[in-house]
Formats: sequence, structure tokens, C-alpha cells
Amino acid sequence: MAGKTLYDKLWDAHVVRRQEDGTCLLYVDRHLVHEVTSPQAFEGLRLAGRKPWRVAANLATPDHNVPTTPPENGGRAQGITDPVARLQVETLDNNCDEFGIAEFKMDDIRQGIVHVISPEQGATLPGMTLVCGDSHTSTHGALGALAHGIGTSEVEHVLATQCLIQRKSKNMLVSIDGAVGPGVTAKDIVLAIIGEIGTAGGTGYAIEFGGEGIRDLSIEGRMTVCNMAIEGGARAGMVAVDQKTIDYVKGRPYAPTDEQWDAAVAAWRELHSDDDAQFDHTVRINGADIQPQVTWGTSPEMVVPVDGRVPDPAQQNDAVKADGMRAALKYMGLEANTPINTISIDKAFIGSCTNSRIEDLRAAATVAKGRKVADSVKLAMVVPGSGLVKAQAEKEGLDKIFIDAGFEWREPGCSMCLAMNADKLEPGERCASTSNRNFEGRQGQGGRTHLVSPAMAAAAAVAGHFVDVREF
Amino acid sequence: MEKFEKITGLVAPMDRSNVDTDAIIPKQFLKSIQRSGFGPNLFDEWRYLDHGEPGMDNSTRPLNPDFVLNQPRYQGAGILLARENFGCGSSREHAPWALLDYGFRVIIAPGYADIFFNNCFKNGILPIVLDASIVDELFQAVAANEGYSLTVDLETQTITTPNGNSIAFEVEMFRKHCLLNGLDDIGLTLQHMDDIRAYEARRTQETPWLFNP
Repeated sequence: MAGKTLYDKLWDAHVVRRQEDGTCLLYVDRHLVHEVTSPQAFEGLRLAGRKPWRVAANLATPDHNVPTTPPENGGRAQGITDPVARLQVETLDNNCDEFGIAEFKMDDIRQGIVHVISPEQGATLPGMTLVCGDSHTSTHGALGALAHGIGTSEVEHVLATQCLIQRKSKNMLVSIDGAVGPGVTAKDIVLAIIGEIGTAGGTGYAIEFGGEGIRDLSIEGRMTVCNMAIEGGARAGMVAVDQKTIDYVKGRPYAPTDEQWDAAVAAWRELHSDDDAQFDHTVRINGADIQPQVTWGTSPEMVVPVDGRVPDPAQQNDAVKADGMRAALKYMGLEANTPINTISIDKAFIGSCTNSRIEDLRAAATVAKGRKVADSVKLAMVVPGSGLVKAQAEKEGLDKIFIDAGFEWREPGCSMCLAMNADKLEPGERCASTSNRNFEGRQGQGGRTHLVSPAMAAAAAVAGHFVDVREF
Repeated sequence: MEKFEKITGLVAPMDRSNVDTDAIIPKQFLKSIQRSGFGPNLFDEWRYLDHGEPGMDNSTRPLNPDFVLNQPRYQGAGILLARENFGCGSSREHAPWALLDYGFRVIIAPGYADIFFNNCFKNGILPIVLDASIVDELFQAVAANEGYSLTVDLETQTITTPNGNSIAFEVEMFRKHCLLNGLDDIGLTLQHMDDIRAYEARRTQETPWLFNP
């Protein structure tokens, strides 16, 4: 019998019950909750007279709707001005209070984007199943966990039963063979992967990311890669546990201690695919071939290296794809064959669950240091992923570097990744963004999003157009 | 959840691939704490010429005449014909809520994003997967025949075309069972409460760090 993949091991350890047709009841160790996808689930619980099955498994924070404006501009001390958004955050607060769920409220330094705060607190542990009503829950797979997004009906199901009704996905290995070059980051790796497999390439699969290019990454870098597994169609992305994983978890508030720690570490060391494990599909990418990436269209798969050009639909043989490319070019206001490094930007956004951790801010600050945001750029903003990331950055003086360079230094939240709060693009505005989706209207109706790494976003803000950060 | 049995509906074509859930229901409408009322804002940015916000009177907003669902021939459609990777992106269940509220009980496409696919079943929408070539033929048939309707029978897993042709489709047994009977997942799972408790008792011994208070 063939060995098991990491996904097989995580799956098998969490099956409560298996039906004849293969549908399983899968146990959920950790459930993260935010304000947008939970109110209807709590209401469902109440209507049915149910209570959360295991209160301690849940951790909540508001992130999508919270204002990020700094204190001197009013800030969040004044609360949320949009009454609809305010009601949603208050509803989360009330639901958590009513059911006794731990919540980092808006004024708590531990508040932030769910996918930043949970690993930061050690609430994400290797070997866990973790779900949240948010597609970027795949982030947590970076720690050797099985983590994926769910809808609101499933949020209610997890609250009520601590389980999900699931069928097992297929196994895919994406291996980055060999090291990547200098100046190439986790974001470039994952964008290159999506460019290779396509936005539906991982549909029906759980992806394990491996190979030297992945093992070389820090845990935060692995989070960036797993975060965008969903943009390649896979609900779950994951990376095997190694010493970096264990070192990352140690000492965090929710992490085990003492004898529990030793037992946990022994178990976690088994969380890798066996040498003879079989994958249903394997994709290999040569690390040295990956360049800094910039998306040009309205799907994350529409991506090219920074030294490339906007592709030409006339060269595309598939008629449906060519139509999609034409629609994307029209929306993005771009001509085919335009060199990427001549495309000017109006705004820059450094933040989101993909790229708002301390290492991301350090990378951006390294580029911004001693430079100025170009006059042609209307707004360049840095939004830390959590209150603790913000505090750490301030301790390191990164806030001053950004402010001196002309960036706005904001309070933590999802912000302009999806523009549910006041941070958004105006119609026609073009943005270098470290977020995860370049869909039409994602950052504001008519807004044009180019996905890049934090260093590339900072460099674009300074130059006023996309540049190869390696030559900057 | 409403039972799904046999549905005959006018077919509306959404002829683009990778339609994401941000397009199906834009983010500003996600601030609602209700599960209903999203229909008027389905495909809001494509459907209207102005910028939509929650609380607007949608009946007075300028419609985009080029958008397919605004064309007179597709009014009252109950079946949405779509392309590859429909429902990709955000996990927002507001997307199936909006489709259902608008009146769609069936979607036909060559493929869906996993989370959206799953969310449909939880809300009584049947997302049918057909070969891209068959979907292509249906797009042509819809374009050529005004009032083109299909009958979808979940029990027999068949789609019947206006000229009586039958197209078979696959659906997972358990999902079919739930949809046909309008079953509440949570109620079903709670029938296995003892299994969940036994699992927890075992895992509390094996991996106690996952059960700390």
C-alpha cells in the first residue's frame, strides 16, 4: 500500500464517521469567525434553539468592515460611520457575548485580519482542521493544518456540531524545484503557480506546496503561498511541518506548553507526505525560472513577469479564453503588447491577509526607505494585518520610514483588499496591490487592480509605474 | 430548505468564464445581516449603470440594456446557463442567496468553484455539471430560440430539452437525497451526536493540546 500524503494524514485523523457513498463527517478543531459571514449563522442557531457545540474552538474578530484611518484623522475611536457596517460589527460583538465566544474586538491590540491573528496567537496549530467563513482560510495550511473556507450555512453547521459534511478532495503536489532567485518572494511564487495551473487548476484538489523553493520560505512566506491556493481553485493549500513550523508556534499564547508541547511536537513531526505517497496530480516549476510577477487582467491567472508585456488575445487559440482576455483588457484600460514596466499607477495598497505580516512590511519598508512616493501617485497606503503587527512595525521604526516616504500608515483590517470599508478605488483608478484578487470591481467599482508583492508595490509607488524591484 | 423535485424554467445565458462571486453580489451588499433580499442586487455592477449601495430603491435605478438578464426575452428565467469555473473567488454564501432570491433554482455549467458549488446545495439550488461541448450546444440553442426552456428532473437526473431530447447529469447521492427532501444538514449531523462525542473523547487523549479551554 502506498504511503500517505500530508492531506491524507490530516483528513484521516479527523473523520468522525464515513457514509457508504464516501461522504464523511469531519471534525473541526478551530473555527474562526468574522462579522460578514456569521450573523445569519448565529441567527440560525438562535431560531433552532441551538448552542455552540464547543465554545472554546471558536475565535472571532471583526476585520472586513473596520475603518483603518489613523487616529489623527478621526480613526476608529469614533467608531464606524457607515450605519450598516456598524450594525454588522455590533452584531458580531453581541453574538460572541451571548454565546461566550472569545473575540478580539475593534479596540483590542490583538484585533486584525482573521488569517493574520490566528497564527499570530498560536490559535492555528499543525495537525488541526481549521475553517472560517472566508475563502482565504487556506492561509493556515502553511503550518501543516487542513484549513479551508466555508459558506455561512456551514458556519452554522460547525457552530452547532463542530463538524462538517465533506467529501475528500484529490491530492495535488505543486513543487518549486530549486531555489528562487534574489528579489523573488512568496507572492511571486504563488502568482507564478496560478499562472501555470490556471484559476480553476486546483478545483477538486487539496494542494500541498513543496520543493526547495517552498522549504526555503519563512512560515509567513508559506502563509502567502497557501493564502492564494484558492485563487488556483483549491480550497485548501498546505506545507509540511519542519523545524521552522515548530519554532514559529513555540511560545505563542494559544500554543501548548510543558509536557503537552513535547507530545505535540512529536506528533507534528509526522506531518509530511510519506516518501512513497501518491499524488493524483503533480506540477513542477523550476524555482530559478520564477521572476517578480504582475497581474495584467481580471483573474489572478492573468499574470506575467515584470519584464513581460500584456498578452495579445489574437495569439490565443481558445475562443472563450480570447474573449475573456479582450473583456479583461477593456476593463483594465490596457492595450495588448504594452510593456508591464510602462504601466502607471494611481494608488498603491500594501496589506490584506496575503501580505500584511511583519516580514511583508519589512520588505516594503526596505524599498521605501529614503525614497518618496511619486507625485503622480494619489495614495499609497500600508495597512498592517493586526494590532500586534502594527506595534512590532512601530517598534522597528517602519512606520516612520513609510510616513517619511509619503505612505499613509493605517490601523489593521482587510481594508482595500475588498473595499468593504471606506478604503476603495474610484472608477478607472489603477492600483498596485499586495492583495489576492484582481476581479472587476473588487477594490471599488471600476477600479483596476494589479497584484504584486509588497516590495514590488512599494517600488511602483515610488516610481509611479511598475518596475523590476531587483533593478530598483 | 425548499424541496427540489422537478423544475421547468426559462434559460438565461451568462456567456463568460470565471464569473466570480464578487460579480454575482458585490461586497457593499454583504454588510446585511439578513439572508434574503439580495435578488435585486444580483450582478449589480453589470446590471445597473449607476453605483449600487444598500438601501437604494433598485426599481428606479438605470438598467444596463446590454446586460443579458435585462433583455426582455430572459425575464422570469429560472435556469442560468454558465461557463467554466462559475462562482470562483470569495466564499460568500450571499452569492447563492442572491441567485435564489432572483429566481434561479438551477445552474448549468462545465464547472464550478468548490465552495460556491457546495453553498448552492445548502440553499436548494442545483448546480449541474455538463461537458463543455453540451454546454456550448445549449448556449447556441438558447441564442437561436426565444423562450428556450428546460425541464430538470432531479429524481431521474435528466434534463429535457424543448424537442424532447434528454441529457443525463451526475449528482452525489447524499446531496441528491438532501435536496429532494429539503433536509436540514445540522439535524442530520446531530443524529450522530454520540459519534462526535466518542471522537472527541478519543482525541482528547491522543491530542490534548487541541482541546485546551
